[in-house]
Amino acid sequence: MLVNLLAMDLLDLLRGPWPWYVAGPAIGLVVPMLLVFGGRRFGLSSSYRHLCAIANVPASYFRYDGLREGAWNLLVVAGIAIGGLLGGVVLGDPNPVRVSEATRRALQALGVTVDGGFVPTAIFSWEGLRTPAGFVATVVGGFLVGFGARWAKGCTSGHAIMGLAELQPASAIAVAGFFAGGLAATHLLWPLLLGGS
Amino acid sequence: MTIPADARFLAIGVYFGFVLMKGEVVSWYRIQEMFRFHAFHMYGVIGTAVLVAALSVWIVRRLEIRSVDGRPIVTEAMPDGWRRYAGGGVLFGVGWALTGACPGPIAALIGAGLWPFTIVFAAAWLGTLTYGLLQTRLPH
Repeated sequence: MLVNLLAMDLLDLLRGPWPWYVAGPAIGLVVPMLLVFGGRRFGLSSSYRHLCAIANVPASYFRYDGLREGAWNLLVVAGIAIGGLLGGVVLGDPNPVRVSEATRRALQALGVTVDGGFVPTAIFSWEGLRTPAGFVATVVGGFLVGFGARWAKGCTSGHAIMGLAELQPASAIAVAGFFAGGLAATHLLWPLLLGGS
Repeated sequence: MTIPADARFLAIGVYFGFVLMKGEVVSWYRIQEMFRFHAFHMYGVIGTAVLVAALSVWIVRRLEIRSVDGRPIVTEAMPDGWRRYAGGGVLFGVGWALTGACPGPIAALIGAGLWPFTIVFAAAWLGTLTYGLLQTRLPH
């Protein structure tokens, strides 16, 4: 009986959602895990570069053995997808995703309905892709994530977590840039996209 | 690298992907909340993540801890300059707020079955490719 109850509690805890003071430190621990068990700096966006190198894209930036240098990185990314399956589906949270009231209202004013999932389906779906807002969010947004991360030499993991933890001045500039770009897109670009569709 | 040695990277990825889902870091709405200053959640997540990571790096440096295969752990300095960090940073930030996902969450969402993020992934790959072609013409 007791064992059963404990198991159910544990399952509930695993299904989440986790508060910031659990999720944040748990993310931070990836840094020592990679350093100690793999001798590697945390960073994920290089995986796209390795995939370009493996595909033999003709540019000096991609002229290296992508499989040899990037295998570890690509394995981490593959693992993340498995973690997404486990955390999102197998042990998925049965309740709708939480969204603060203020954000819900702000989005409603832009015509975006909070529909319970991790992303608004009207924008991120095969149908949404055919609307201007969905196309820009998916295709242009993805392109900028890849392009910007390489130009800045890192993304949220490489700069905002690893770089800041190492007290790298370059990462502070990059993170300020992430934030400036994010604010501009949220307050200028999104209203423009949603007003126009 | 041998196959069993590689398994550790896969395992660390699985752990990270699971935490990203449970912390709701993968949620487009959470990113909107952050950029609208409507909730503390994402600030708490990133803040405590950096704190734990910084403490770990400090301990690793201080105790001169070696990795499990006996190599000293070195953390390299980023190249000098500011243009690439500012320019690339802003463009990345725009992409982050548009997709609601950075490279980690993109992979996690694909694993969770959100197929449109395979397009985001492909577009990010194309963006990387384009950078590689234009690299010598961009300020760094």
